[in-house]
Amino acid sequence: MTFKTTFSALTLGLTASLMTHAATTVTIGTVNNGDMIRMQKLSQAFEAQHPDIRLEWVVLEENVLRQRLTTDIATQGGQFDVMTIGMYEAPIWGEKGWLTPMTDLPADYDLNDVFPAVRNGLSAKGTLYALPFYGESSMTFYRKDLFDAAGLSMPRQPTWSQMMTFARTLHKPDQGQYGICLRGKAGWGENMALMTTIANTFGARWFDEQWKPEFTGPEWTEAVKFYVDLLGQYGPPGASSNGFNENLALFNSGKCAMWVDATVAGSFVSDASQSKVAGKVGFALAPKQVTDKGAGWLWAWALAVPVSSDAKDAATTFVTWATSKAYSDLVAEKYGIANVPPGTRQSTYDNPEYMKAAPFAAMTLEAMSKANPKDKTLKPAPYVGVQFAAIPEFQAIASQVGKLIAGALAGSMPVERALQSAQNITLREMKRARYYASR
Amino acid sequence: MIALSQKQRRVFSQIALTAAAWSVAFIIFFPILWMVLTSFKTELEAFATPPSLFFSPTLENYQEVFGRSDYMHYAWNSVVISMGATLLGMLLAVPAAYAMAFYETKRTQSTLLWMLSTKMLPPVGVLVPIYLLFKESGLLDTRTGLILIYTLINLPIMVWMIYTYFKEIPKDILEACRMDGATLGQEISRVLLPMCKGGLASTVLLSLILCWNEAFWSLNLTAANAAPLTALIASYSSPEGLFWAKLSAVSTLACAPILIFGWISQKQLVRGLSFGAVK
Repeated sequence: MTFKTTFSALTLGLTASLMTHAATTVTIGTVNNGDMIRMQKLSQAFEAQHPDIRLEWVVLEENVLRQRLTTDIATQGGQFDVMTIGMYEAPIWGEKGWLTPMTDLPADYDLNDVFPAVRNGLSAKGTLYALPFYGESSMTFYRKDLFDAAGLSMPRQPTWSQMMTFARTLHKPDQGQYGICLRGKAGWGENMALMTTIANTFGARWFDEQWKPEFTGPEWTEAVKFYVDLLGQYGPPGASSNGFNENLALFNSGKCAMWVDATVAGSFVSDASQSKVAGKVGFALAPKQVTDKGAGWLWAWALAVPVSSDAKDAATTFVTWATSKAYSDLVAEKYGIANVPPGTRQSTYDNPEYMKAAPFAAMTLEAMSKANPKDKTLKPAPYVGVQFAAIPEFQAIASQVGKLIAGALAGSMPVERALQSAQNITLREMKRARYYASR
Repeated sequence: MIALSQKQRRVFSQIALTAAAWSVAFIIFFPILWMVLTSFKTELEAFATPPSLFFSPTLENYQEVFGRSDYMHYAWNSVVISMGATLLGMLLAVPAAYAMAFYETKRTQSTLLWMLSTKMLPPVGVLVPIYLLFKESGLLDTRTGLILIYTLINLPIMVWMIYTYFKEIPKDILEACRMDGATLGQEISRVLLPMCKGGLASTVLLSLILCWNEAFWSLNLTAANAAPLTALIASYSSPEGLFWAKLSAVSTLACAPILIFGWISQKQLVRGLSFGAVK
């Protein structure tokens, strides 16, 4: 009897152990954003539907994640089965053959529902390499109460010159109220994202048709001078160290009359649990100047499966689930419809309930549909991307240029010198990358 | 009159010294204090300018951390990796320091300097070769891998520290042991190590603290299995959204074990670090 019991227990244990081993483990590298955290929490539903797939999460800070994923994918390390990447990485890594093409998606996935600009931004040579989890453009947030009190009215799409006038009127630092908050912190995804969109509207571009940088041209000079004047005179103190989060905190605590930043902030500023100004915020398109081309940026966080993964099928199943309409429905059911991942699917914006629950949704939709990564500058440009150029060298170049512009904002060097240095650095890097020899 | 003013001067200088010492201690401790305070604030309060000193404390950040992450998994990894690397480091450092301290050759000093020079290389410079080596040997995302890398990182400092302590021991004592018939093992285990107990304890403690706080390699060489507490902290920084209060809560939880450990063993640490300072 004892033998039988022991034998049965051992058999059961072995079976359980084998079953555990039979489950495919999918390791997901992601960032700590609200939408990603919700995905992590809701993934229990996915595991219940797919008992043969076990999910493991590696959540990292954005810059650390980028470094970690780049090291892993470039060395074919195979540590991650699902990678959270952006519109910058997807086409570059896809073209290098590092990502699994997203073909043969299930019919109910409805790929045509995904915004074409987002789909194109995640593709290389017509092949889609990542599925979008959420997308964003940029827009103008302003305090309706302050505008009303000052007798001002915000156009649907203001010009930067109008923004300067509004900021001058509403700038009252002695009352802890600043005319405008903008990104000043150095970084290709921080100040350079905003600066590039400002430059686009002033008629500037990163490179001419021969890949020569144009920082010393009149358009860049005017744009950067304007930015430094606007933020220096009517921005909060220490603006050169403010990124998205710092400005969000300033705006939510009622210290900014206006803010131009990611559309995803719409849900944060409207959420009374974290914003003192919820209900008082108006939304407008990102400002234009000589052109409205490239005024609002375009970005998407997407999920991709590296070719080095040893669980590609399971990983693709998860990626398909997390970016599907069914997932959006699940978020709506558990967290409320306003928390559905924004900026990826037309059907989200066709839903009247969503449009009613999210006061920023109409403006987000308009901003997303206006952003065109292939036609974003007044003069033709050889690169793809509104607030970046989708070439491998851009990250390193823009990080250095970002430091120079933050330096100019902080007053450590004149704008002309910062731009001359930016021109020299970019030329040197592009020469090194043999852009001029081969083209 | 003169005697009184001298006494007064002494009292004043003592008060000034005490105040200065407390001020320095407070300045050093302030970031930790601020981190702990922030961990009990809401996200909005954590970001408030000017910062609020008085607020109604909340435990919501700790609830969020425990609800979202398997804290014990990360803490256990930190314990195993720190202790494993320290043990392995001591096993290698003690014989190395012994040979260098008591059987010095003309190359000993240059070897010691060379060992220390490896600490001057920025770790990111060797990231890709190490990553490839780890990948090929199946050490990525394993505790064994991190134990090996931490041992290699801390070995120069451990050898240097133990070498310095061994140099304080007069050679005559060891010669007397040998005259009495002690073997090499007995000489080290019964005479040398007990005489340097304080110094060895401080080396162990320093190694533990360095391993516990190491972030570069733990972030780059681990994924889901072997990630220690430093990786857990990094997971609470957010590019879009407020995170300071939650980050402070998880940092407090990550610091707490080693802080308590350091507190308990501070006597050993101070004794070890000042060993041989006054003859």
